[in-house]
Amino acid sequence: MIALIAGLTLPLLAALASIALPLRARVPAALLGVALTLIASLWLAVEVWHNGPVALLLGGWPPPIGIALQADGLGAALGVMTALVMVGVALAARVELAPSVAGARASFGFWPLMLLLWGALNAVFVSRDLFNLYVGLELITLTAVALVAISGKAQAIAAALRYLLFALAGSLLYLAGVVLTYAAHGTLDITLLATRAPAPGDALALGLMTAGLLAKTALFPFHVWLPPAHSAAPAPASALLSALVPKASLLIVLRLWFEAMPDLAAPSALLVLASLGAIAVIWGGVLALVQKRLKLIVAYSTVAQLGYVFLVLPLAGGDGAAQPWAAGAWTGGIFQMLSHGLAKAAMFLAAGIYLAAVGSDRLGDLRGQARALPMTGFAFALAAVTLMGLPPSGGFTAKYLLMTAAFASGQWAWAFVLVGGGLLAAAYLYRPLAALFAREVARTPRPISRLWQAVPLVLAALSIALGLLSAVPFDFLQIGRPDQAAEGL
Amino acid sequence: MSLSVFALTGAALVGLGVYGLLARAHMLRRVIAFNLIGSGLFLFFGAAAARSTDVDPIPQALIITGIVVALSTSALAVGLVVALARSTGKAYLPDDEGGA
Amino acid sequence: MSVALDITLCALILGVGWASVTGQGVFRAVIFFITYGLLLAIAWARLGAYDVALAEAAISAGLTGVLLLAAYGRLRRLNAGAEPPIAVNLPAAVVATGIAAGLVWAWFALPAPTAPDLSEVLPQSGVGNPVTAVLLNFRAWDTLLESIILLAALIGVWMLARDDAWEAPLGLPYHARPGGVLASFGRVLPPIGLIFGVYLVWAGADTTGGAFQGGTVLAAVCLVTMMAGILRAPRVAQPAWRAALVLGPGVFLLSGLAGALFAQGFLGLPPDLAKPAIVTIEAALTVSIAVTLVLLVIGPPDDGGHVA
Repeated sequence: MIALIAGLTLPLLAALASIALPLRARVPAALLGVALTLIASLWLAVEVWHNGPVALLLGGWPPPIGIALQADGLGAALGVMTALVMVGVALAARVELAPSVAGARASFGFWPLMLLLWGALNAVFVSRDLFNLYVGLELITLTAVALVAISGKAQAIAAALRYLLFALAGSLLYLAGVVLTYAAHGTLDITLLATRAPAPGDALALGLMTAGLLAKTALFPFHVWLPPAHSAAPAPASALLSALVPKASLLIVLRLWFEAMPDLAAPSALLVLASLGAIAVIWGGVLALVQKRLKLIVAYSTVAQLGYVFLVLPLAGGDGAAQPWAAGAWTGGIFQMLSHGLAKAAMFLAAGIYLAAVGSDRLGDLRGQARALPMTGFAFALAAVTLMGLPPSGGFTAKYLLMTAAFASGQWAWAFVLVGGGLLAAAYLYRPLAALFAREVARTPRPISRLWQAVPLVLAALSIALGLLSAVPFDFLQIGRPDQAAEGL
Repeated sequence: MSLSVFALTGAALVGLGVYGLLARAHMLRRVIAFNLIGSGLFLFFGAAAARSTDVDPIPQALIITGIVVALSTSALAVGLVVALARSTGKAYLPDDEGGA
Repeated sequence: MSVALDITLCALILGVGWASVTGQGVFRAVIFFITYGLLLAIAWARLGAYDVALAEAAISAGLTGVLLLAAYGRLRRLNAGAEPPIAVNLPAAVVATGIAAGLVWAWFALPAPTAPDLSEVLPQSGVGNPVTAVLLNFRAWDTLLESIILLAALIGVWMLARDDAWEAPLGLPYHARPGGVLASFGRVLPPIGLIFGVYLVWAGADTTGGAFQGGTVLAAVCLVTMMAGILRAPRVAQPAWRAALVLGPGVFLLSGLAGALFAQGFLGLPPDLAKPAIVTIEAALTVSIAVTLVLLVIGPPDDGGHVA
């Protein structure tokens, strides 16, 4: 309980401190907030592990009067992943967003924006109220758009504006669904909604909310804003945008289809969503294949990697929810969210190191850098192993679980997507890897501190460890899982 | 009867806003259109909430929150439009030039 | 009779909304939008939602309008205010009609509402205005996050400053003509506006009003005083202004934590202390909201220089 409250309030308090305090105290206050919030997130996970889901009625008011929060295995696991990424980003930002490097403006804004984003993410991970989720999503959107624009370049401003346009359209669609839901049921609480008799407007409400969330998650065909926005930001901000921000809207999609309105999950609707995910896997991979800059390859790969998560819907949703393979599919999707977050943050932070070392992220300029900066090269390679889905990484466990469920349920078409997506990832990541591990060195890098180089390496190693030690996280993710009655494979 | 008038006006405003968002390319126009969609949705919501016999204050509170959120996003959007015009000389996104 | 009035009002709203989307010229669109907001405020009053009416008039029509006008002024200086004439966009019209039709269908299909029963809990909320009870007690978490959203928007707007203008005062340099209308207006209006703004916050506990509406009025007062040249625009580096920005969310968060330690949980207010607690939170919020709104309208630090 205390851990839950601390995880919500500490980042916000640290953000306020980093705005109000004088220049000298700002970064130490932010880093203290980062450290304390990491402890709170880990502590919350321990509490969930021992005692099951942690629930909290805000102000003591039960829904439909007040807002209920609940940290289940899914929410707490995303909270821990977020905390790990945030710590890495904060350590990298200490160097990359120092006033002498990024200027006084960006170094002022980054810390409050990062901490506010963290507070909003933690709020979304545990909220049970559809309108409260909307408010949390808007806070995420505003901080994320500001982080895209923070470099001040013309390209970044245009990318931020396009992103805001998509995100706002998404917000309004989501809000329309919320309005219809409240008008029909008089509550926005996910748990209460699950017990209400279906109303005629429900399918429209669910459709509107889902469409809005897809625009925010950048699922195909709403993906066009993502690569320019994610690659235009400074590397630590890119890491936040790619590894964490889409997970919030993705989580709400899962909450809606599995918890709030599971009986509306018609097979045809699930098929459409999963097909969009499958197209995203392939199309995002193809586009990543033709990019010439490292950050753009990594950004397009986000489009592809997020697509996999939608395969969960037909495999574990609707009629499949009560089937024996549902637990595996559900957990596979969440493993994908977790391992992608860790690996993608590692990749963007590695890209930031290359930008600092050689002043460019064009593949040609990066030739031979693995020899010059071996720790960073190794970090990028480890993260690539996860994204390709090779054993023993977290990405492998994710795809293995999804694949098993696809065969068990007879929906073997998804297995082709999993295999094809893995091959494409291997192809689009081969190019930067081949450049980095080339024999000749294109540019002599400036020296980079070992501590800084260790940051992406630790994150990438964690994404591998998630696969090596997959039994504990697997059990953890079952805590509070909808339709627990079914036994896993 | 009156409630239906307001609800249908709300629905029509949403439609108008969506049209503006899709058809107009000047970014200030799009900010206005975005505000029309939001306020239309809220009007619909307000009419729906007024159907119950005793007044439900929750929708009113949600709408006030929504109005403040809309202002915040409009402020950032408008700031971005001005910054875009300062760096490119245009209040249009690169692909939508010409206004059609 | 009243139905005829509502139909007329709605027809006007739709007409002005139509003009702001399809009419010629961005400046006129902004003016139509402000008119639209004021008409909509009347509609909210007709629906009996006076708190929303006040918020709509002050925030949507007033502040959003000022934001748009200020932005239009800057765009015109950058030669980006013009807009070529446009043709009717058929696909957009089809999508728009589809979405509106969906809502119309939903209106007639929606079941009878089941509003939650608040009669038992309202007396424990500490305030007489049920909307304030929801905003500051039952759903205080929404309101807390919303006050932080305003702050996040401001930090975002500041990030749009040019790097070499970061130390400059916020907003474009502005000079009022000494002895001009604005300068004298700027001396007369503030006392009246100040009283009205504070009244709105105080009254919000029991009748129409509240921190957001009151803060907006105070922001307007502050803006007029700045435009009259009496109050100077601050710089980011000035600590008192930054402290004022975080005061409201800070007090809100800390009182929420106090509830976790001493009362019925995070953001909980014991019934006998609820009223003073809510008034304190609202007072702090009002200060922060007013300052944040002022700074949002005047924009990022700007020394008036241009980049080619």
